[in-house]
Amino acid sequence: MAHYELSVNNKMHDADVEPETPLLWVLRDTLNLTGTKYGCGLGLCGACTVHLDRQAVRACQTPVKSVGTKKITTIEGLGAGGIHPVQQAWIDEQVPQCGYCQSGQIMQASAFLAQNPHPSIDDINAVMAGNICRCATYQRIRRAIQRTASANG
Amino acid sequence: MASENKISRRAFLVTGSAAGAALVLGFYIHREYGSHEAEGQGFRPNAWIRITPDDNITVLVEIPEMGQGPRTVDTMMLAEELEADVSKIRVEQAPVIPATYQNLSTGGSGGTQDAWGYMRKVGAQAREMLIAAAAQQWQVPKQECRAENSTVIHQPSGRHLSYGVLVETASKLPVPKVEDIPLKQPKDFKLIGKALPRVDVPDKVNGSAIFGIDVRIPEMLFAVIARCPYFGGKLQSLDASAAKSTPGVRAVFAVEPIGFLLKLDVNPNVAGGVAVVADSTWAAIQGRKALKITWDKGPNADENTVSIRKKMLAGATAEPTVVYVNQGDALQVLQKSSRRIEATYEMPFQAHATMEPMNTTVHVHRGGIEVWSPTQIGAILQEEIAALAGIPPDKVTVHMMYCGGSFGRRYQWDYAAEAWQVAREVSRPVQLLWTREDDMQRDFYRPYSYHRLAGAWDEHGNIAAWSHRIVSTPIRPVFDQPEKLTPQRVARQERGGSDLMPYGARNFRVDFVPVESAVPRAWWRSVADSFNGLAMECFVDELAHAAGKDPYEFRLRLVREDRKVPQTRQGAGDPALDTRRFREVLKLAAEKSGWGKKMPVGYGRGIACRYTFGSYIAHVAEVSVDNDGNVRVHRMVCAVDPGLAVNPDGVKAMVEGGTNYALTQVLQGEITIKDTSVEQSNFDGYQVLRMNYAPDIEVYVAPTGAEMGGMGETAVSGTAPAVANAVFAATGKRVRRLPIDPAPLAGSKA
Repeated sequence: MAHYELSVNNKMHDADVEPETPLLWVLRDTLNLTGTKYGCGLGLCGACTVHLDRQAVRACQTPVKSVGTKKITTIEGLGAGGIHPVQQAWIDEQVPQCGYCQSGQIMQASAFLAQNPHPSIDDINAVMAGNICRCATYQRIRRAIQRTASANG
Repeated sequence: MASENKISRRAFLVTGSAAGAALVLGFYIHREYGSHEAEGQGFRPNAWIRITPDDNITVLVEIPEMGQGPRTVDTMMLAEELEADVSKIRVEQAPVIPATYQNLSTGGSGGTQDAWGYMRKVGAQAREMLIAAAAQQWQVPKQECRAENSTVIHQPSGRHLSYGVLVETASKLPVPKVEDIPLKQPKDFKLIGKALPRVDVPDKVNGSAIFGIDVRIPEMLFAVIARCPYFGGKLQSLDASAAKSTPGVRAVFAVEPIGFLLKLDVNPNVAGGVAVVADSTWAAIQGRKALKITWDKGPNADENTVSIRKKMLAGATAEPTVVYVNQGDALQVLQKSSRRIEATYEMPFQAHATMEPMNTTVHVHRGGIEVWSPTQIGAILQEEIAALAGIPPDKVTVHMMYCGGSFGRRYQWDYAAEAWQVAREVSRPVQLLWTREDDMQRDFYRPYSYHRLAGAWDEHGNIAAWSHRIVSTPIRPVFDQPEKLTPQRVARQERGGSDLMPYGARNFRVDFVPVESAVPRAWWRSVADSFNGLAMECFVDELAHAAGKDPYEFRLRLVREDRKVPQTRQGAGDPALDTRRFREVLKLAAEKSGWGKKMPVGYGRGIACRYTFGSYIAHVAEVSVDNDGNVRVHRMVCAVDPGLAVNPDGVKAMVEGGTNYALTQVLQGEITIKDTSVEQSNFDGYQVLRMNYAPDIEVYVAPTGAEMGGMGETAVSGTAPAVANAVFAATGKRVRRLPIDPAPLAGSKA
């Protein structure tokens, strides 16, 4: 067991956990931040995507000991008190069905759009191919990303 | 066929017999519309509505939310008659009190149709009371008042009072009988038929929606189970010492398999194994890794995909155990006909692979049992857990959580029974989580099936005879007491979508041969329609080609006359197939797709049309096939007639999702068996559709105002045949097996 001080959504949190524990389970079971979802545990589905210093990472493949002082952002903190444009686009396009994968989809899309504000369809397909949606809302996710991109001016 | 699934899925658990149909209807007759709840603030005219003095309205929705949208669509129905300001409505899952709520378990795409029967009525009931309350306050006749936007207006004077103000007076009024209140005519609908934003979307984009896996209770523990990977196998020996010393692990113990018990009519199929309980999910997983277990492979150790396939092929020519339909004499006509073809199609096991793996949280305490579960069968779950534990159902509190997808998987309750098995051994609440591997390897899979069809046509291009042999690993033996398993019972779930002939074949026969297997099977989105749709719509395409006709024109000609094709199954709940509605969606999809326009080399268009789950849907697929035989689906054009679309955007979402869901089984997904265990364990082995292969999908919703059909499963059936037929158009080669194997298609651009 080791002690970690983690910056999550601009707040410091203490966690006493095994060093190898994936960030996913620290968020969900220790900090009770359950917006980040478990889907596969192998980095194959993207449901657990969070930001580490604004980069999208799979929390299930990120041991807590590797986080250090990097700032963690989860779906709960993405809007930072309001609503993030990507979340708004998800509402405008009525994307979610069951909604389980959408935290990961939104975290992936928001990190991606921050780096590439005007992606092509091929860019979108390539980057978002790492996030599975079994309700298969892919067409609406695509539209929501394009909507955000065109609002980027 | 819709109700074949709808009623039987419900009835088999509720009543365990075919008499379920009557009981399901009985729900409506015996429903208590007038139950006043005394406790709590505000106006509670019935069990579905609460209005508080601040004008806020709470709507309780019974049907579990799995992504299909009942919280929105049911609320639309209720708000339509309540004349409510929808911005003031908050929606909650109704509690599991089966005496009050009769649609806490859902399946068979029946949720919206069920709610249509009562949500409007309870909304109208509340509205009438609010109008009466205002009339009383104003001392005017009720007839001079009307309701609009959560306000009652006195027409002659223009006075108005908001619902919140009327709460106290309304609460003291007698509750009128719903039967006495006329419902709106469709021309007066303000919400129904319009797109209302989904009520659950805001919580699903900010992480606050609580799914089963998100339940967090003070003092709770986390558990996983090591299950026997061999179907029918069991625990042989266990060394738990290393697991017990894993940091965070609290307890390790064996849990027994649960099959039929005295009180349980339905086999819950609980696998048994070794439970590891810990302070966190991760610690439990680590503890499980440290278990030293040897498994007894059991009596089915030799079963594998090859051995199952062998039995499938043998079944194609065996004597049928059941003849589903036999109109005319198809076999004799086929024997005599010179214009005849035969074809076979094969579809393997499929996993549900919901994004939220199975899980349930249970607290066994002195007062009873509390269960938090992502389930589609809240009422059944309560009854069955109570039966397992030997306590009355009202001592089991079930919280139905948001489900991270279901597609039929959450009609089983094995995972909840397991959570109870674990929780009764510890004094604290426990969340049992299935890892992805657990979920994929202990699913109840879509049955494996093999189809042999033969058809003959006459000189005019009419179908003279149609014979369809279905060979499958049937669903019913997985759940039913063996003594109940008559041949008819065994064959019950596999006929869906095969037994109605839209194309006027004069001699029409469908029969069935079961194949035994130890692999658990159950309902997978669209059930038998997921394979029978492919068999029927690919074969009619083959007949069109053999007769030298365009596949769209061939179909269109065969449904050109208005006919009603009656259901062939006794007790089928859906109306007869209406060739007019069938024809309209067929035409609409063809027209919107640009059917007949030339396509580049290596590209092809394919069409399929289905009457499924009470709705009509046509798909046109556009595909390309490259030199290596890789198939790419570029565009799917869908035309759908659900009779009545309460929420047209919801219909679109179901068609988009259902079409994509089906593409997994067309392009990549396959569960294979080796040594009676599943070879795939995660999304690397079981490949599902991802964004980069998701086609453009256009959905044209064209309701005709006829009786409402289902929508959750409707889009699955026609997707695979439309794509397979498009592959033929692109390559001249028929798809005989799903998922499509590129090898035979290589170098065959047409």
